[in-house]
Amino acid sequence: MALVLNEEQRYLKETAREFFRTQMPVDVLRQLRAGKCPVGYRNEDWQKMNELGWAGIVLPEEYGGLDFGYMGLGAILEEGGRTLAPSPLLSSVVMGATLILQAGSAQQREQLLPAIASGELTVAVALEEGHHHDPYPGNTNLVADGDGFVLSGTKSFVADGFAADKLIVVARSAGSAGQAEGLSLVLVDGDQAGLTKQPRCFADSRAAASISFDDIRLPASALLGDLRGGTPPLELALDCARICLGAEMFGGALECFERTVDYLKEREQFGVKIGSFQALQHRASLMYIELQLTKSVVLDALSAIDEKRADLPQLASLAKALCNDVFELVTSEAVQMHGGIGVTDELDIGLFLKRSRMATQQLGSSGFHRDRYATLCGY
Amino acid sequence: MADLDLDQFRLDVRQWLSDNCPPSQRQPITREEQVWAGRNMQFPSEDAKLWFERMRDRGWTVPDWPAELGGGGLNEQQSKILRDEMKQLGCRTPLYDIGIWMLGPAVLEFGTEEQKREHIPRIARGEVRWCQGYSEPSAGSDLASLRTRAEDCGDHFLVNGSKIWTTNADKSDWIFCLVRTDPDAKKQEGISFLLIDMADPGITTSPIELISGESEFCQTFFDNVKVPKRNLIGELNQGWSVAKALLRHERKLMAEIGGDTPGPSFGPVQAALHYVGCDASGKLRDPALREQLVRHEMAYRAVGLTHFRTFEERISGQTDSNVPLIMKYVGTEEGKRKDELLVALLGFQGLGWEGDGFNSDELLTTRGWLFSKALSIAGGSSEVQLNIIAKRVLGLPQQ
Ligand SMILES: Cc1cc2nc3c(=O)[nH]c(=O)nc-3n(C[C@H](O)[C@H](O)[C@H](O)COP(=O)(O)OP(=O)(O)OC[C@H]3O[C@@H](n4cnc5c(N)ncnc54)[C@H](O)[C@@H]3O)c2cc1C
Repeated sequence: MALVLNEEQRYLKETAREFFRTQMPVDVLRQLRAGKCPVGYRNEDWQKMNELGWAGIVLPEEYGGLDFGYMGLGAILEEGGRTLAPSPLLSSVVMGATLILQAGSAQQREQLLPAIASGELTVAVALEEGHHHDPYPGNTNLVADGDGFVLSGTKSFVADGFAADKLIVVARSAGSAGQAEGLSLVLVDGDQAGLTKQPRCFADSRAAASISFDDIRLPASALLGDLRGGTPPLELALDCARICLGAEMFGGALECFERTVDYLKEREQFGVKIGSFQALQHRASLMYIELQLTKSVVLDALSAIDEKRADLPQLASLAKALCNDVFELVTSEAVQMHGGIGVTDELDIGLFLKRSRMATQQLGSSGFHRDRYATLCGY
Repeated sequence: MADLDLDQFRLDVRQWLSDNCPPSQRQPITREEQVWAGRNMQFPSEDAKLWFERMRDRGWTVPDWPAELGGGGLNEQQSKILRDEMKQLGCRTPLYDIGIWMLGPAVLEFGTEEQKREHIPRIARGEVRWCQGYSEPSAGSDLASLRTRAEDCGDHFLVNGSKIWTTNADKSDWIFCLVRTDPDAKKQEGISFLLIDMADPGITTSPIELISGESEFCQTFFDNVKVPKRNLIGELNQGWSVAKALLRHERKLMAEIGGDTPGPSFGPVQAALHYVGCDASGKLRDPALREQLVRHEMAYRAVGLTHFRTFEERISGQTDSNVPLIMKYVGTEEGKRKDELLVALLGFQGLGWEGDGFNSDELLTTRGWLFSKALSIAGGSSEVQLNIIAKRVLGLPQQ
């Protein structure tokens, strides 16, 4: 258990903060939004992150990674959350690489991981089919066919799925929707014949796509791990991603909170600063308290990944639920406390609000995670 | 201290505790079994006496106080190890007294050498029971408006006035008081900090009954009480800074006991499984209670982790000195939620008052719930805590 950053991690956090502040301020997201770019991030930004080695930060050295750990990646994502910086770190480096590392054959690992670590290759995970996060979907099927497989079905929400070089598709080989057993993982090229990608435009201006697979024939070598053995690696990848997304959300919440406190010290009404009104002071104090509690949980959850702790699933649900809640609280309060200007597009606060709700839906709402936490704890 | 030495220290402590803590002193403690300091100390059992004496002789009633004054001389990491190991083995707190939790640290910080030698060893050995005389009928949250007068009469002060909500005043030997020594100065600047022997003529106490049925606290009256000058802690008219330092200790304590008020031996999850039960899918039968329970469990874990984080930050020298300011609020508010939850989970059994039909844990649930309501009022109310965070942490403008 480590709840403070060590010196190297602190240094990395400083570097990340400076990077996002100068290279990827919130305006970058505004530009992407204006350009309606289906990729969702700027290649030049991704290149710069790769020069800093961030795509390989959690990967083992044998695959060209830095093996620096999730405490470090969490610090980067938190700082990126402050400027709403889009990148494929979560989809490719956390979700994609974790699945390959956990489930892939030696050959798949050697072929794919170094390319992910350098940032040349991006991978997205195609899981969601319905209106809500569901780790055990049922309508994309992988059926044995001769010496290979046939993949069919539609995924409704694939984060960074439009531009990804490869997809890892979670598909059913047995059982039905809602069952943990019977899921398989397959690798599909992003430009594979029979695959249709449709960019989807969401309120937070990040990139996502719906993707259909029209009876695509795949060789046996496309399978990642065992047939019907997809669930354990998937659970681990999802938990890592929930925690990392939580770190990003925490950064967004913190930034939004700090901007709001600054505004309370600046704006005057009735001849005084609005921050002198106790009704607002108490709400600001409560947000500070929630942020501090959430910070402890995010740090513990990140260190649980690094330490391969057995309570990782619990911590992932704890962290995601608390990050959802605090980000929702802070963004709603931020809009309200800014008054009229808070609902204008000119101010960045609205962008944090939009990101908050989208990130909440991704990888599980608070209701999903409270239910899961209770189940994991035996009630 | 090197990690290796600390590991060795942990092993030694563990060994000593398992050799010296009688098995009966490793059971969850009830109110009646607490050993309180005092001139006429009472022990609920021979084992409790033995355990207290062994801990006292090592200075571990006050592990981090200087050894030459009766303390254990441990540093912060060692003290934490001792606490952790005691918790691990389930060892009871050997001695209860607010002299330990509040007054002692303030005397160590502000007292003269002579005052330390007079009071600190007696607190460490449990020879006097202390109570706190801050609040007055018209000075609660606005403590600095207090009016109990101490007039300078040469070699002594003459004290007149009354204090209220004085916890255990009727059972205490000494009281530490805030008194007004300069009525003309600005309100914070005319206050002094006095130690008063409750056996002195002119002091009377009258108990007040609480909603939990106990009469824990009193109104305390001072009628021409003579207090020797040497009982002044800190400078004359500088009592407010002593009071503030002491309040920090009080809040730290309350943050810790917040989730741990005298209550039943079961926690919310056990209570839920027993009193509500699960359906065939293994989920608690009442979805609304399940939701409340999981929210509490999550928050409680976050509070625990935050305690741990502040400790780690202190040890590694990266103190964000602001985080401890939230702990009184979160500890007591979450403690109250826990007690509300327990009552709800137990249903009728969580609201029993006395007599047959309720076991002792059930009765403790009711009483503990009522008692927990006081925690977010005492020691600076929750609203006052939020004011402090707004001002000191967030730097928001004051009106
Ligand atoms: C169990 C218990 C034990 C205690 N033990 C002791 C003891 O041993 N010795 C001792 O000296 N005192 C003791 N106290 C007293 C305690 O310190 C006071 O109750 C506390 O300071 C609040 O003062 P009050 O009761 O006068 O409430 P008030 O100050 O009258 O408060 C009433 C309400 O107004 C709110 N309020 C007050 N000021 C503000 C503000 N500025 N902004 C927003 N809201 C505000 C409060 O939060 C509260 O909700 C004890 C209290 C309890 C409950």
